[in-house]
Order: sequence, then structure tokens, then C-alpha cells
Amino acid sequence: MATTDVALREAFGQREPKRVVNNMSIQVATVNGSGSQSSNTVLLRSIFQMGVPVSGKNLFPSNIAGLPTWYTIRANKDGYIARKKEIDFVIAMNAETAQEDVMSLAPGAAVLYDEPLKLNALRTDLIFYPVPYDKLVAPVCPEAKLRKLVKNMIYVGVAAQLLGIDMAEVEKALRKQFATKVKAANLNLAAVRAGFEYATANLTKHDPYSIQRMDKTTGMIIIDGNSAAALGCMFAGVTVVTWYPITPSSSLVETLIDYMKEYRIGPDGKATFAIVQAEDELAAIGMVLGAGWAGARSMTATAGPGISLMAEFAGLSYYAEVPGVVWDIQRVGPSTGLPTRTSQGDILSTAFLSHGDTKNILLLPCSVAECFTMAQDAFNLAEQFQTLVFVMSDLDLGMNNWMSDPFEYPKAPIDRGKVLTKEDLDRMGGFSRYKDVDNDGIGYRTLPGTEHPAAAYFTRGTGHNEKSGYSERPDDFEKNMERINKKFETARAFVPRPELMTGKGKAKIGIIAYGTSHWGIIEARDQLRAEYDIETDYLRLKAYPFSREVHEFIEQHERVYVVEQNRDAQMLCLIKLDIKPELVTRLRSIAHIHGLPLDARSVTDELISMEGK
Amino acid sequence: MATTTIPTPAPKINRIGLTVLDYRGGKTTLCAGCGHNAISERIIDAMYEMGVQPERVIKPSGIGCSSKSPAYFMSRSHSFNAVHGRMPSVATGAILANRKLIALGVSGDGDTASIGIGQFVHLMRRNLPIIYIIEDNGVYGLTKGQFSATADLGSKLKTGVVNDLPPIDTCAMAITLGATLVGRSFSGDKRQLHSLLKAAIAHKGTVMLDVVSPCTTFNDHEGSTKSYKYMKDHEEPLQEIGFVPAFEEINVEYDPGTTVEVTMHDGSRLRLTKLEEEYDATNRIKAITRLHEAHEKGEVLTGLFYVNPEAPSFIDMLNVTEEPLATLPESATRPGREALEQAMEELR
Repeated sequence: MATTDVALREAFGQREPKRVVNNMSIQVATVNGSGSQSSNTVLLRSIFQMGVPVSGKNLFPSNIAGLPTWYTIRANKDGYIARKKEIDFVIAMNAETAQEDVMSLAPGAAVLYDEPLKLNALRTDLIFYPVPYDKLVAPVCPEAKLRKLVKNMIYVGVAAQLLGIDMAEVEKALRKQFATKVKAANLNLAAVRAGFEYATANLTKHDPYSIQRMDKTTGMIIIDGNSAAALGCMFAGVTVVTWYPITPSSSLVETLIDYMKEYRIGPDGKATFAIVQAEDELAAIGMVLGAGWAGARSMTATAGPGISLMAEFAGLSYYAEVPGVVWDIQRVGPSTGLPTRTSQGDILSTAFLSHGDTKNILLLPCSVAECFTMAQDAFNLAEQFQTLVFVMSDLDLGMNNWMSDPFEYPKAPIDRGKVLTKEDLDRMGGFSRYKDVDNDGIGYRTLPGTEHPAAAYFTRGTGHNEKSGYSERPDDFEKNMERINKKFETARAFVPRPELMTGKGKAKIGIIAYGTSHWGIIEARDQLRAEYDIETDYLRLKAYPFSREVHEFIEQHERVYVVEQNRDAQMLCLIKLDIKPELVTRLRSIAHIHGLPLDARSVTDELISMEGK
Repeated sequence: MATTTIPTPAPKINRIGLTVLDYRGGKTTLCAGCGHNAISERIIDAMYEMGVQPERVIKPSGIGCSSKSPAYFMSRSHSFNAVHGRMPSVATGAILANRKLIALGVSGDGDTASIGIGQFVHLMRRNLPIIYIIEDNGVYGLTKGQFSATADLGSKLKTGVVNDLPPIDTCAMAITLGATLVGRSFSGDKRQLHSLLKAAIAHKGTVMLDVVSPCTTFNDHEGSTKSYKYMKDHEEPLQEIGFVPAFEEINVEYDPGTTVEVTMHDGSRLRLTKLEEEYDATNRIKAITRLHEAHEKGEVLTGLFYVNPEAPSFIDMLNVTEEPLATLPESATRPGREALEQAMEELR
């Protein structure tokens, strides 16, 4: 499979190799299950420790072991960390894909390959570095069955030598990777050194790429979005977590389990949380609702197929007004789709998840830092608005490594929403669960177990009146539904506001995007400016329902490109429903559905072509 | 003529000072004679006699006639009428959130044995502290009388349709899967159901009670195996069930030759006077065998099939703190700044 969509250019002129410093994409092609993840993380961290902005994206198959997998590291001095289409430096370890990996490269790219594959015979316009892995691994790894794993560390050493990565940084990254496993660390370090020494003695550098020390990562962290979300949920005070394993969301809860065991065991040695692996997504969301109803901060994490299964309960949450948080780590649908590829394909279905007039609050994190902060926003909003809040992450954000400034400790206290206590009831005498007392659509609730004879109410998904009594009266039903809608309108002012990034002067072109598309957009805007002299303003959505800034942004721009990672322009559809009819014609869609993280060049090219330039 | 005033007797109160009226619910909207109403009455009596604080009780239910019934008892308890077949998950979440709640879940045979069988199965496995009652009439009432999966082989609908699939025995299933107090009763068997419910309240773990509850509208005719008449003719009680709550003195001796006493987790005692010489309600395998035999013989076996007062509950297994998770203060649920610092340092 080709992992790039760059056409092979036939013409190849022998160009003067000019030095390209801190600006390259390195792709490692290996076999799934061969332990290459450790090697790739070490390579990534070494560059990061050199102070160079970096991102790592794993393109992996839905398979335990044996199928091809690619890991792409982008190092970029300007801080661009979106996927880049062109691969500059390939480490070809997988015989099965090696030919195609090499054939799809642009001329001038470098190829580090396993010598017996003889890839150098394929093309004359690339720079080839053969490495005899089997010969090198034998002396450093006497145990034959470990060689398959240790072999991957050799390319780290070769790449470090060719790219000029400091071996001290490689060793530091490797020691961190193997943490307490000193023996494994030493064995792997020997393999890295063997690669480094081989390259020093046998390879002559012909490619222009190199890494040089910078200071752009000082104090920063590297984390994946799912781990960031897990931390966010822990600091948001989550108490009940119920889940069913599904790629790409599983690591969110698995990491959360680790963190909770470390930080959320009370002085009595007992857990201040309950985490339950449910029998399916139906049960996971049912438990979230039961726990939310009883007053816990409850959550689940899932992906598209799980979201579909949760539809009925989502409607119950909406209509019976029960809080809870759902993380949707989006992958490619429909159906089972591409379970290990990224997408923003659940936007429409989640916004309206369930039958009847259901509308749900969505949060749209673009970064690991936002996975952390929006976890807190999600729990607060869920309890304030007594409804499910969906956090729409994706596989690219959730499972890939991102650098980030360290997360900030939450500033605001936890907001548990409108909950009446025994003391409140003593004072009030009683309450009406679904009465709009404060003119914001949000009623007051009591928690089961509140010791007051008037505390109980009957929660139901059937028609009900203000006092939560069963009702089929048309006026009761209509009034209640209008009140719930008022809640949704109220939410517009409470959800995270979009982020506006303006260009120079008064731009006519606006771009709207959200989630991980952000990283491609910031780079594409610079490309548009540098290559076409086009200024753009950019509004990054952070939530649905939309706040007034979204309407204003569209009013202020002649043409608004909505960029997203799905086929049907799902966010654009939501915006259409929300804006004045005369503004709808301003919207244009740039949508991608290949399952690879969005790259800047695709956006730039498509925008230019739609601008008729 | 001299008049005498007859003093109004003070209303009877239970050990926590409540009258039986404090356990009542709204007026039922089920059909006259529906077995479910009788079950609601038994729940009210048992909760009253056991002196359970109504505010500590939650009443989760699914969808169907049975699942409506929590509206007709214990109005001082929170109720959650959820979605069809999914009461187990909602109840599980609520108990995880607040381990001090007493969950009394009401389901039906359609809600449990068909659409909800997946959640039912996994609830039984976990031994979550809950009383799970199936109000079992063998038909779907609200959709006008289709067979459910507990309908017996050969049972006949009013329309003449004969059921040709074997029934799911929810009791045998519950015992197999790990429920720790399992019985079957009949809505018309006041004494037996009353004792079983009191034992259920005293038990710590999953209680599964399948209560045959005739549907007077759709399944109470000749040819039905869930009718009042059929039950009166075919009910085979395994034992006489006596229940002595922990807060009562024992003043009646029993004959160990004919009666087995089981001490419950809270100190209450169950006295099972054997009608069947060999039956031992603490033996899972024998319980399952006996239930299968009953099917072979065409008996409607009732009574306490299985009890294990010692098994750890799901909440014990999770090592959850004593205080309800739902109301833990922020100081317990949000780790301090140094925790975030440490986590960040590990990621640098």
C-alpha cells in the first residue's frame, strides 16, 4: 500500500545537494508486531530532545502481527507538525512493502534499507544506504529469538549517524523508553551503537537532511491525546468509568486506569473511583447514565460503532436529563470501516444521536492540551446542562504522539450543576424536577439517597410534566421539549468559544476547521500567503452548539471554506442549519476521506483550485 | 344517653417510625387483577416490615407493564424507568455511584429474557448488590399479547397460536452465572413471596426472583401455562420459607431434621423447612439439576432455589471507598498540583 499520494516524477536532474536542516519527514516501514514502536519512539524523542519541533504518526493495520505498518516522524524548525505528504527519508525494513515504499518516493529522497532487499536496483534518482542488519545484530544479541526485536534498534543508530542526531540524546531517550528494564536498555543500546558505528565506517552521506540542535522544545512534554484525555478526566474528578474496548479509544481508559491507581487511591487504601469493563457499548452507556443520575461524574470512551450502539441511551439522557461524558475517538466509518485510520466522520450522527428531536453538545479538541482542558469542560457542562457531552477526538489525536507545553492545573473548582440537598429541601419543602426556575431551561435535580421525603422523583424516558409525572398531554410534551431546547440555546454561551486567527489586512477568505485539521490549516495558511499572496482568516471551532462568533465570522467573509476529514462535509451541514439562509452560499467544502491525517498541501491545492487560480 | 369516644388507634409504625403508608406509591394504571399489582403490595409490606429507609431505595426498571410498576409503590424512593432491556446497566451505574443505595430493579419477561438478556446475563455474573425481580407473565402486554421467551412449550395464546420454542429458565440461568440468591414465586402466593422479598432485602449480592404474575388480559385463559388457574394447579413449592430479621429475637425453635437455617450477611436467618427431603439450597449444582428436572416433569417449581450469603459482591471486588463516589468532595476526586507536576515530569 502506498502511504503517500505523491505521484512519482519521472524527470530527475542530478541536483546540487543543498543542506536541509530540521525540515524533513522520516518514514519507517516495518512489520506490525516487530517491536518497532520502541525504536520509533526513541528516534522521535531524540530529535525532540535536540530542541527540534517534531510529531510522530503511526499508520498501522487492524492486525496483531504480520501486516505492514509505517511510522512517520516529521521534524520541522518552524513548528509545523501536521502530516507532510512527501517523505524525505525512508527506513525500509519490510520486504513486503519495500518496493512500493521506494517507488512512491520523490526524486532525491534517501532510503535506508536492509541490504539483501537490493532496493538500490529499483531507481537511480534516490540516495540509497544499505545496512546488513542480520550481520550487525548477531554479535550484539546472542539470543536468537530476540534478534527480530533488537534489529529495529540498529536503524536508530544508523539514522542518528546520518542525520547528525547526538548519541547522548539517543541514549537518554532509550533509557527513558526502557525505564526500569536496565538489561533490555543495555541490549538495545548496544544495537544502536552497532548501527552508528557501521554507518560511520561504511556509509558516505549523500542526502541533504540533517538535525541540528535548537531550543524550541524546552520544558515541553510528549504525550498522545488519549493519555492527555485520561489525565484531564482524572483532574476533572471522574468517579465512574465504564467502557467496552474499541480501537482507537481503548488506550484512553487503559491509561486512565494506570493514572487512577497511582493518584486516586484514598488514605484508607480504597479507590475513589470505579472502572468497569462492560459487556458492550449499550451497557457502558447505560452504566454512565445510571451513575450520572445517581450523582457520579461518569464517562465512557468509544469510537463510531460504539456511538451508533449508544444512540437509544443518548436520547434518554437528552430527554430524561441525565449527565455523562462520552469520548468519541473517531475512526473511519461507515460500518467497521478502517478501524485504525483517522476521521472526523461522526460529527453529524453524534450531534443528533438518537430518535426524535435530540441534539447533543459536542466538544472539539485539536490538541493534547485541549484533550486535558476539555475533559474538565465536558464534565462541568454535562452536570450544568444535565445531558451527555460528547468529546470528539480522533485517532490521529488520540493515538499519536504530540509535543505540547505542560498542562496547567485547573483554575476553577469543579461545577456540579443544580443539585438540591436535604437542607435545600428542608427550606423549600419540595421541588419540581423539570421546572424552568431560573429561565435558562435547566431544572433542579436531587440525587437518590437524599434523606428527605420530598427528594424522590420519577425519572423516565416517557412523556412527563414539570413534576416528572407521566403525561401524554400535548401541552406538557410541547412545553417540556421547548424547555429542553432552551437549555441547548443557553449552552451556546457556555461551551468553549472558537479561536479566531486573523491574517494581515481585511481577508475576504475565511477558513473554518476543527479538531486535528487545525495543524494542516495553520501550515496551509502560511503556504497560501507565501506562495499565492493570499490572506485568510481562520476560525477554529471548539464546540457545538455554535456560539455567536461563528455567525459573525461567516457574515464578515465573502467565501468561507469549511475544512474537515469526512466525505459529506458534516460540520458544514451543521453550520448551514444554524446560519441565515442568505449566508449559506458563502460556504464551500474542503473535505478529505482517505483515513490519513490532513496535510497542508492538500488544503492549499484545493483552496487554490476552488478560488480559480 | 351517655356517649363514649372510641379512641383512634395509633397507626402502626415500623422500627424506623414509618407507617405502611410511607411506602405506598401512586395509583396503579395496570389492568384489574394484574399480578404485578400484588407484587407491588408484597414489596411495600416487605420494605415496611424490614424498616428500610425509603429514601435509600432506588427503583430502576426497563420497559413494559412490569417496568411501569415502580410508579405504584414507594413514592419516597427515586425511580428510573430506563430503556427496554437495559435496566441492569442503569442499576449498575447507580450502585457504582452510591454503594449505600438499595437497588430494587423491576423487569419483565420480555425485558429480561429477550431484548435484555445480554445485560441480564452480565448482571448475574457480577453479583452486584441488587434485588432483580422479573414480573413474569409470558407475554408482551403493551403490544397486545405476543409470546415472550419465558412462555412454556405448548402454551397457547388467546388467538390460538401455540408456542413451539422452549422457555428460557431465568432462575437456572441466574444460578449458573453467579447470582447469589435465586428463587421463583407466584404473585398469588402471598406468604412465600413475602418471605422471599424479606430475605432479598437482607441479602448482600445479586438476588434474582422470577415471580410468575398472570396477565389477566392476554394470558389468563385455558391453554396458558402462566394463568392463575394453571399456577394454582401446578405450583410445587420446594420448601416453607421462614425469615427472621436480624433485629428480631428468635423465640421459636426449629427441628434441624426438617429445617435448614441459613444465616444471612446482616445476621438475619432464613429457615427453610424442607418439603423435599434431599433439597439443599446452598448447592448450586443440585439447584440447577432440580430446575431441569422440573422442566422434564412439567412442574412449576417455586421457592428458594439457591442462596450463598458469603460471596463477595461486585462493590467489594472493586475496592471502592465506603463513602458514595457520587458525593465525594473535590479534595478526594481532584489530585493536587504535585500530582500533575509529577505526571508532566514523566512526559518530558
